[in-house]
Amino acid sequence: MSVAVAIDDVHREALASKSEAGPAPKRIVVAYGFWIFLLSDIVMFSALFAGYAVLARATAGGSTGAELFNQVSVAFETACLLLSSYTCGLMSLAINSRRRGATYFWAVVTFVLGAAFLALEVREFAHMIASGATPQRSAFLSAFFTLVGCHGLHVTGGLIWLAVMMAQVAVKDFRPTVQRRLRCFSLFWHALDIIWVGLFTVVYLMGVSP
Amino acid sequence: MNLLGKLSWSAIPFDQPIIMGASALMVLGIAVVLGGVVLKGYWPYLWREWLTSVDHKHIGVMYLVLAFLMLLRGFSDAIMMRGQQAVAAGGAQGYLPPEHFDQIFSAHGTIMIFFVAMPLVIGLMNFAVPLQLGIRDVAFPTLNSVSLWLTASGILLTNISLAVGEFAKTGWVAYPPLSELQFSPGVGVDYYLWALQISGLGTLLTGINFVTTILKTRAPGMGYMRMPVFCWTALASNLLIVAAFPVMTATFAMLLLDRYLGFHFFTVDAGGNPMMYVNLFWVWGHPEVYILVLPAFGIFSEVTATFSGKPLFGYRSMVGATMAICVLSYTVWLHHFFTMGASASVNAFFGVTSMIIAVPTGVKIFNWLFTMYGGRVRFTAPILWTIGFMVTFVLGGLTGVLLALPPVDFQVHNSLFLVAHFHHVIIPGVVFGAFAGYAYWFPKAFGFKLDERWGRRSFWCWFIGFHLAFMPIYVVGLKGMTRRMQHYDNLDWQPWLLVAAVGTVVILAGIVCQIVQLAVSIRNREQYRDLTGDPWNGRTLEWSTASPPPSWNFSLLPRVGERDAYWHAKQRARATQNYPASVEEYEPIEMPRNSAIGFVTAFFAVVTGFALIWHIWWMAALGVFGAFVTLLVFAFREEEEVEIPAEQIARFDQAH
Amino acid sequence: MTETRYDRAPGDASIPADRDEGTSSDVLVYTIGLVLAVILTATSLWVANTSLLWAPGIRLGLAVLAIAQMGVHLVFFLHITTGPDNINNVLALAFGVLIVFLVVAGSLGIMADLSEMMPAELMNLHMQH
Repeated sequence: MSVAVAIDDVHREALASKSEAGPAPKRIVVAYGFWIFLLSDIVMFSALFAGYAVLARATAGGSTGAELFNQVSVAFETACLLLSSYTCGLMSLAINSRRRGATYFWAVVTFVLGAAFLALEVREFAHMIASGATPQRSAFLSAFFTLVGCHGLHVTGGLIWLAVMMAQVAVKDFRPTVQRRLRCFSLFWHALDIIWVGLFTVVYLMGVSP
Repeated sequence: MNLLGKLSWSAIPFDQPIIMGASALMVLGIAVVLGGVVLKGYWPYLWREWLTSVDHKHIGVMYLVLAFLMLLRGFSDAIMMRGQQAVAAGGAQGYLPPEHFDQIFSAHGTIMIFFVAMPLVIGLMNFAVPLQLGIRDVAFPTLNSVSLWLTASGILLTNISLAVGEFAKTGWVAYPPLSELQFSPGVGVDYYLWALQISGLGTLLTGINFVTTILKTRAPGMGYMRMPVFCWTALASNLLIVAAFPVMTATFAMLLLDRYLGFHFFTVDAGGNPMMYVNLFWVWGHPEVYILVLPAFGIFSEVTATFSGKPLFGYRSMVGATMAICVLSYTVWLHHFFTMGASASVNAFFGVTSMIIAVPTGVKIFNWLFTMYGGRVRFTAPILWTIGFMVTFVLGGLTGVLLALPPVDFQVHNSLFLVAHFHHVIIPGVVFGAFAGYAYWFPKAFGFKLDERWGRRSFWCWFIGFHLAFMPIYVVGLKGMTRRMQHYDNLDWQPWLLVAAVGTVVILAGIVCQIVQLAVSIRNREQYRDLTGDPWNGRTLEWSTASPPPSWNFSLLPRVGERDAYWHAKQRARATQNYPASVEEYEPIEMPRNSAIGFVTAFFAVVTGFALIWHIWWMAALGVFGAFVTLLVFAFREEEEVEIPAEQIARFDQAH
Repeated sequence: MTETRYDRAPGDASIPADRDEGTSSDVLVYTIGLVLAVILTATSLWVANTSLLWAPGIRLGLAVLAIAQMGVHLVFFLHITTGPDNINNVLALAFGVLIVFLVVAGSLGIMADLSEMMPAELMNLHMQH
């Protein structure tokens, strides 16, 4: 005999507590799953952070952070990323109210700001490498390039994702799947800015202070 | 420019007969199976129902198939090692040269942990958790398929290393500086690193999937304290996966950067710090063993309660102990390198935490014992594995508490005493747990029970064989034998190692019994058929479905009123003589559509991994691009779900 | 399906209402967040470069400012609150923070301890390479 009806035949009133409410709507499930992924990503960054912190003094006779870091450039990078987080928020508002024009506009602004961040960072890296401060020079430089570079790779991935999402909006309009994915993107983008706050504080600002 | 990077015909070890023989056997086996499948016309069925399936039940079964296949390979490594150490005493060199022996013990550890234990545990969680939670599938079914196939990619790469190139010779932990390019210039460590990065990504995605599933998609009425204990242990295990695997990813990435781009994370020059690898590796490594053992504990809880005919004793303390182990497992990792230079204070701290973590496990053991006490215990195969676990694991755990004392560990670190300890906990814990789960849920998955007689025989072979194989290892470890020795001078050790080799043969008999058990069960399946869906008089929701369940699991999502929901429903039905009437109205159910994305992504992962190992850069770029295109194709697909018509559901229910 | 009064997706500003979003109050939330973040960033830059502060306190100050700015991002951009509908998200975040703390603090502590236990002559050789 198999039980083809609901297990609990007792009629219940509206459910007492949240944990008994049953499966959450897909919107929440997807966003929560992505939230957990973001936390795992942050744990990965923390391992790279730990490596950087341990190796920060291992300059092997080569250049130190204080000698290499250009705070003006970093300030501009921070401004770009922070502003792009803001414009991403405005894009989220446009998505929620299904305004296509505003969505595209704020997406493009976010993209440009993110690309500007990357351009500045690539320029910084190129400058350092040209002056001999390559990641192969010392453990400190290996750790620096890896930590900051990993963040930059995530930003790059985010930009590619944003471009694909705009293509999805064009093709599929604001159907639920697209909205869920866009919500995940904005979670990702804000998280990248949070990681950058940690990065620029620990690597750049603490690196140049005495 | 060399189009094939470092790859050439010399990559195939023609001069090593044992490896060539093993490779030939492997290739032959694959060819026979694939050939048979294609020739008999099973390929379309296989593709449609299994390879592109996003159904958690099918994915779970596939994980278990992978695990059992890799168990054979990992166990072959074990037999070879025991065989070598049984004979290579005094002046004798045995039959395995050091370069080969080193690959064997490295492959043995890597395969057993990553490609046997993990798939066993993940496969069982895949199969049972959604059924126990009263839902139709996990939160992200397609992602689940991707996870499976990424794991398979890692397995394929590791097996390719047998025939093309070599495997790592560094041990399964691959410490630098030995694993750096300077001291391991070959491709072995690269095979290790890429196989594990790829399958590690799959595992991380599984962790995310199950945490979300358990926290956000349980059936209505199933509050946290009404969940089966197996789901609690699955939650803890997957939380640990999410917390620990990213650290492994970062650590291996740093080693890969050292090897490929000349970075200096762990090198001995330019400021590198090899100890940092050791530290970060074990930050992952210790939670890993709890990732493995917690679901096994959950299985033991289910099995004990079911076959004692009583509710699990101390549900709340079980939940508490599980979550305590989850958190504590992240505070003990230094005990894996007590001897590597930390101060007495730091060693003492981690020694204390390592001892504390034994306490919640002790709570669990008492709860299982009290569950059985006063119950009418039915001595089926799952209960045998459980009792065998309890007896064996307690002793193995005690040696762990011994090792948690830094002064003791200083004497026996990296000796065979240590090797005996971790086998003494992993085998009864994870392996016996998986075997119990396999026997317990097999009827649900396939519709017929496993043969009890051969099940008992395999248990006793494993139990006796395990003790024969590993108790002498403790002795020899205390006598001073270091681990991973290809040969040794001290003839005093040899008798013990001979006994250990015999034990390995007895375990082999156990494995043979399991293979025979499967064959016999399939042959006699009509006799062992499970017609009710509830062959064990179970307590939890999975037993309320047919065996095997339909793809949609439950025609109507259950509304749960209490813990052990199915047990109470049965009692109510019996008491009131009120068997549930058939449902008047069925509604169509939307299920996720099968997808080839998992399989295709895995294909590109293997291509990329292989290309990176052999420095074939254009092929690696193609592989990455291919994976990206696959993702795009998936993202733009129109049909995401398939609707199962109400009539089909009604017909199924009426037939079962 | 459940009612959303129990649960909020991470990143959701509020229970998705029927009202049109993009109203000035929503934009205001983001704008306040931006302004606060800018202030905190500028302060960090000043703290790192000024000679007015007691040197050993600079690191702590920077850390505090960074944590504050992360909080601003979480509250104003990601809408993480302490309300009952947000518990799961906050708990997950707390778990993540715990793990990050254990990994970073644990690793730093252990590596510093190992370094201290290294004999002095070997340390000098090591650093000079």
